[in-house]
Amino acid sequence: MPRRQELTGRARAERRLALILCAPAVLVMAAVTAYPIVYALWLSLQRYDLRFPNRSAFVGLENYLTVVASSRWWQAVANTVIITVVSVTIELVLGMLVALVMHRTIFGRGAVRTNVLVPYGIITVVAAFSWRFAWTPVTGYLVRWLHLSTDPLTSHGTSLAIIILAEVWKTTPFMSLLLLAGLALVPEELMEAARVDGASAWQRFVRITLPLMKPAILVAVLFRVMDAFRVFDDIFVLTGGANQTQSVSILGYDQLFVGLNLGIGSAVSVLIFLIVALIGLVFIRGFGAAAPGAGTRR
Amino acid sequence: MRHSTSGRRLGWATADAVVIVAALLPVAWILSLSVKTEAALKQNTLWPSEVTLDNYRGIFQTSLFTRALVNSIGIAVLSTLVSVVLASMAAYAIARLDFPGTRLLVGASLTIAIFPQISLISPIFNIWRAVHLYDTWPGLILPYLTFSLPLAIYTLSAFFREIPWELEQAAQMDGATPFQAFRKVMAPLAAPGVFTTAILVFIFAWNDFLFAISLTSTDSARTVPAALAFFSGASEFQQPTGSIAAAAMVVTVPIIIMVLTFQRRIVAGLTAGAVKG
Repeated sequence: MPRRQELTGRARAERRLALILCAPAVLVMAAVTAYPIVYALWLSLQRYDLRFPNRSAFVGLENYLTVVASSRWWQAVANTVIITVVSVTIELVLGMLVALVMHRTIFGRGAVRTNVLVPYGIITVVAAFSWRFAWTPVTGYLVRWLHLSTDPLTSHGTSLAIIILAEVWKTTPFMSLLLLAGLALVPEELMEAARVDGASAWQRFVRITLPLMKPAILVAVLFRVMDAFRVFDDIFVLTGGANQTQSVSILGYDQLFVGLNLGIGSAVSVLIFLIVALIGLVFIRGFGAAAPGAGTRR
Repeated sequence: MRHSTSGRRLGWATADAVVIVAALLPVAWILSLSVKTEAALKQNTLWPSEVTLDNYRGIFQTSLFTRALVNSIGIAVLSTLVSVVLASMAAYAIARLDFPGTRLLVGASLTIAIFPQISLISPIFNIWRAVHLYDTWPGLILPYLTFSLPLAIYTLSAFFREIPWELEQAAQMDGATPFQAFRKVMAPLAAPGVFTTAILVFIFAWNDFLFAISLTSTDSARTVPAALAFFSGASEFQQPTGSIAAAAMVVTVPIIIMVLTFQRRIVAGLTAGAVKG
């Protein structure tokens, strides 16, 4: 660095330009997310019922205590955790199979890639209606095919299963595309060498493919866990939260728009935010998922 | 040897077929429902015995659907435009300029993108009522920026990192003015990434349901996904199944065409940030 001063001048100009270019996006993001989150924190410490606005008052942590003491909250947490864990697990297995099909298959590869994008492009609510009608007696073909005698959307277990089915159908394509991109990074020569050494297909998959794909898998799972945890659309359309199928997002929505209780609703919002933040931290710290994008690392 | 290849080929073909049928079945079902007659809707067959367009005629006669369609298109297009413009500026800085805070900005965008939207509903609902943005277009466009802007910044900066920026200087050395270098060399290189990002952001905005049902109350801003939840039949005793299916097809077909036309780009866009990091 012989001409240090010149570089500093240039660096300073670059920084100024960067600031100007980033400022609008940063300001907008702060205005539409940071400010509401702080405001939600404040609202969650108030007694604030929209039906009795003049009885509003600062109540400290009372709303949180009410939420944590209610069985509906824990039911919603349990449902959300079940839906998240089961659907992401199934998606990971199915997504890997679909990715392998897309990676290995020689003919029909284009057709598979094309069709796999269909669930991705569809509005979640539309797909949810499709599943609802398919599982409704009188209307639904699935009810007829499986010879069901009762409405599966009226009991807890089967409702949860259908919600998971809807989630899996909609988001497996995303998972499989991320995994396919990971598969492309596995060097062909390595697989060939293992084959020559007599490793079976399963051994090659477990010993070579999986370890090399670990970063891609972790990123895909992290994205999907965060996304699955806010499940709302599918449940709203399929059961409306009936027969104890509420997720935490449905519960928060109900507190606001059915219960009209802004204080409790905000406490639920803040709790969900904290849980999601915690999941993210666990993934990044615990599993060493490289914070996606946190990198000039290439 | 030949036997095992053809057996293997058959295996892969079966796997292909299973994946394709699984991906298309729910869409085929909605299509089938949308062209079924009122009576056929009560026979639980997968395919209709006769085809009618009555459901489509029906929904286009109600302002509930046509207004929602206009709202959906307008709101999704405007949120896409705003986020892509703002994100292009930020992504250019992230990819090309040396400044402290690059990591922070990308990290923050990602955090916001995977943010639980329900956490924003209660405060935004309350603020919007106070500033009269409740049930308006900007009232939805602004919250849509919470996910569309971070998504756009994230995807675009991954694309922009791949661009050979040296070409700009090369063009200027060959006598191009800075504007010519931008218009003839840099803009065409950046365009595919910008276009792909716009498609992804549009699909996200088009898909939103939670903000749409929480922040609208009439057809002045209600989008199609939200309107679907409020559909009712022609009479009190008629199920809205056919109308919902027809409306669903109307909002699904254009997206499917778009996704299939630009499939390579969409796959590149979806995986750009996640894998290359």
